Amino acid sequence: MRALFSRWALDSGFVLALLALSAFGVAMIYSTGQLNVPSPVVEGVWIRQLVWFALGLTAFTIISRISSNWIEWISVPAYVLAVVLLAVTLVVGTGRGTAAGVTSFLQFGGFQFQPAEVAKIATILALARLMASRREATGHGSRRSWQLTDVIAPSALVGLPLLLVLLQPDLGTAMAFVGILMAVLFWSGIPLTYLFLLVSPAIALIVSFNTWLFSAYMVVLVGLLYLRRSRLYTFEYVAVLVFNLAVGTVARILWDSLAPYQQNRVLVFLDPGLDPQQAGYHLVQSKVAIGSGGLTGKGFTLGTQKRFNFLPEQHTDFIFAVIGEEFGFVGTLLVLSGFAYVLFRLVRMATGTGSHFASFVLFGIFGAWITHVFVNTGMTVGLVPVTGIPLPFISYGGSFLLMCWVAAALAVRAARQH
Amino acid sequence: MNQFQVAHPEASQRARIAVVGLIALFAVLTVAFFRLQVLEANTYELRSESNRLRPFPIEAPRGAVFDRDGRVVASSVPGYSLHVFPSAASEVMETTLERLQSYLDLDDERIELLLERARREPYQPLLVDGDADFDLVSTLEEHRAELPNVVVRMDPKRQYQAARAVSHLMGYVGEVTAEELEQERYSEYSRGMTVGKEGVERQYEARLQGKRGLRYSEVDALGRVVSSPFGQVVQAPEPGVDMQLNLDLDLMEWIHHIFPDSMRGAVVVLDAEDGGVLALYSAPTFDPNSFVGGIEPDEWASLNSDPDQPLFNRAVVGRYAPGSTWKLAVAAIGLQLGLVEAHEHMPQGCTGGMFVGNRRFGCWEEAGHGALNLVEAIQHSCNVYFYQLGLRIGLERLLANANEMGFARQCGIDLPRESPGVFPGGLGFWEERFGYRAQETEVLSLAIGQGPNDQTPLGIAQFYLAMARGGQAPAPRILRGEEAGATWDIGISPEHGEVLIEGLRRVFMPGGTGYMSSLEHWELMGKSGTAQNAQDPDRSHAWFAAMAGPRGEQPEIVVVVLVELGESGSIVAAPLAAKSADYFLRKRYGIPTDTIQTLREHILTGTPAPWAIW
Repeated sequence: MRALFSRWALDSGFVLALLALSAFGVAMIYSTGQLNVPSPVVEGVWIRQLVWFALGLTAFTIISRISSNWIEWISVPAYVLAVVLLAVTLVVGTGRGTAAGVTSFLQFGGFQFQPAEVAKIATILALARLMASRREATGHGSRRSWQLTDVIAPSALVGLPLLLVLLQPDLGTAMAFVGILMAVLFWSGIPLTYLFLLVSPAIALIVSFNTWLFSAYMVVLVGLLYLRRSRLYTFEYVAVLVFNLAVGTVARILWDSLAPYQQNRVLVFLDPGLDPQQAGYHLVQSKVAIGSGGLTGKGFTLGTQKRFNFLPEQHTDFIFAVIGEEFGFVGTLLVLSGFAYVLFRLVRMATGTGSHFASFVLFGIFGAWITHVFVNTGMTVGLVPVTGIPLPFISYGGSFLLMCWVAAALAVRAARQH
Repeated sequence: MNQFQVAHPEASQRARIAVVGLIALFAVLTVAFFRLQVLEANTYELRSESNRLRPFPIEAPRGAVFDRDGRVVASSVPGYSLHVFPSAASEVMETTLERLQSYLDLDDERIELLLERARREPYQPLLVDGDADFDLVSTLEEHRAELPNVVVRMDPKRQYQAARAVSHLMGYVGEVTAEELEQERYSEYSRGMTVGKEGVERQYEARLQGKRGLRYSEVDALGRVVSSPFGQVVQAPEPGVDMQLNLDLDLMEWIHHIFPDSMRGAVVVLDAEDGGVLALYSAPTFDPNSFVGGIEPDEWASLNSDPDQPLFNRAVVGRYAPGSTWKLAVAAIGLQLGLVEAHEHMPQGCTGGMFVGNRRFGCWEEAGHGALNLVEAIQHSCNVYFYQLGLRIGLERLLANANEMGFARQCGIDLPRESPGVFPGGLGFWEERFGYRAQETEVLSLAIGQGPNDQTPLGIAQFYLAMARGGQAPAPRILRGEEAGATWDIGISPEHGEVLIEGLRRVFMPGGTGYMSSLEHWELMGKSGTAQNAQDPDRSHAWFAAMAGPRGEQPEIVVVVLVELGESGSIVAAPLAAKSADYFLRKRYGIPTDTIQTLREHILTGTPAPWAIW
């Protein structure tokens, strides 16, 4: 029996953890349907999640047996197709449920799916292909061979779908793309200074709202560039400076272009008491749910915050708050440990695999999942701004769960590469 | 060591960094959750409790109102109201209302109206039925599963047992309005409370209104009560104080029964002993129960647009020319000033009219009354006699004395919105009102109860009460057992009072206008009035003011009847007054009330009336 499972799963511990998380997810989605004023919509969704879970396992079984070469070959067409689908979604996409104002779904007959989920995996594959080929071309790349300009191609590759997702607008999924890019670049061995310089405009954006902070930051940046001057071309550090200054100064204009709900979410992140009935409401109610769960929770299906509908989007983005409420700190710790183990396994697999491509695929998945897990759980306690980002394997969402299992299949397949 | 690790020397270093980063990230998360769920758990448990426990007021039952014999006039009974809670999706409201159609009377038009209101106040529970009966409520409870958004609220509601008979006296209740809340009187009230709007309900609001209680109920994020509707009572409500009225409920129902359905008018019955209001009736009437739980807009509109004005309290607010009932005031002033004696004749006998200057002023009896003394003039209601008495008193003195008697004041009844009488305060009145100087001949119309003189039926009752009591009368009182404040004093001596009473008694003698309304058991004294008015020049208002009691004794009650456009005080108003008095006195003296007949009815039905004076 164990041998049989091991043969199917390829990586028993990893897949066992994912199975446990998925099954727990279905149970939690069942729980979110148990309300005091029954809502016929949410009551039955756990059955649909169960069906998608079965589909996910089927996909896992098939994809985990596909030849790695074929996966490598399909990565580029898949990427192109995903970008096209994202572009199409912007034109004919539909919103759904609470995200009614967002165009993130494509509909085929009665079947809806999120192209962004497909795009995430396609981007991981394409990015892995790019990084692997680059490494092969530079002949087992060493530290010296890195230049700042080397980040342009991978950034552009991720930037295109990221931009299309941002236009939907879906801030949460866009963050996952950033996570993928950062993780893969990190794994490619790029000097951490370069990684910092790459994200420096984003930091400039954040600090630009305080003149003093921005000035201090620019001093640090210039200092860093000076220390690294020997490794940078002149145009590179000029570019970094210009980008930082440009972002810092146009930040206000960018800010004004954000939708009010997005502005609100950022503001509420900075000061949760600011707008308790609007964006902050989510965070306050989520913290009350989690905090009132205490050490051991209120019991399965018995969360009162959930039962009385105080929690927003409780079967999707805020399902972790329901877990916290019903199973307490013990429950959150167990689920977090599960994810930590899964992510740890991904790092080990990436270290142990035999091909560059497989290794980057694994780290891409690592980047996507760690972003999802950290941002999703972090937002329920106010560590990060409230963003529409689901918790892998647990949140309700058909195509999302399916794609999580596809990613899992690619991971175990990639780990087997010699 | 595999191929990759050889090829990528930093890999193990990067993996170490990744693992350290992973541990750091999860450590941060663990600390955050530990802080929230272990260190601050108590705070959040408390917040979770207060999150879902909301304070709700418990409405206090209004004080019950009893009549003089302890019968219930108005009480508080359990009432149910149906609300539909708002939902995120607007179709839910529509579906719920359509489902409700099979349980209660909701036509499509009404649903449209309700949906319109739901759109205007999307976050408020929608009131569908403010006064649902118990059967409906229990049916809905059985079908709770298909109507999850329907909520039944239980609040005490007002019930008027005698409904239409007591509507103008009791008034009605309704939700306190935004404008009312700004007034000092309602400074301690809050939205959604039920207050008295008219009548006794308004007058004694402070006494009848209890004190709201407080309970906590579990609600969900939309404010929907999700647990027991009774919740956890923190403070029990204090019911309002019960009240007993001087009112005789049986008499009210009797008056409601005998007053002609097609007529408009008023009946006031006062207790001669203490001025207590035994009955106060205005027709047409309305059902105060329909205001309970909020009156339907179309019903409110039809009550307001009805040309008969059913909401108008004719007994206390309505003002009418008093006609001949007011001749007693002229007689009283004449006696008071020593200008006339009981058996004194006026210089001119009645020939159906008289000339003053070159203008002829008519008597209602065109054939003329001949020579009459004061008592006979009251009996026959002779205009010519009173013209001359009026001229003898003079306009200025008549105005002064009538004002002193109180004809331009309120009686001070314990009801809201009482109209004061309209009576000229002095000679300037004509210039102000009509733009010309008062002529001495103005006194002629005033002397027969016409001219610029309008009195409420209550005001006339108060005047007759004063006469019945020998000159003074306390303010009419609705509430039992409370000393009346202001008193009326018409300032006549007992001997003069006797003269007036004698005149009134003669009205029920053969030839008097009340004769046909004589009663078997009681002595009646009274005066008819047939007052011309601007409403309809061809049809006069019919008045009858009477006092009654056992034969040879002091009158025990005063009855005033006004029938708008009733044309004849003696034929239309007098029998109503007589039968009202008969009912009350029969009840008081234990005589069966099923044989009440006036003399006219005896004659018409051929029942012998050996008691009648022939």
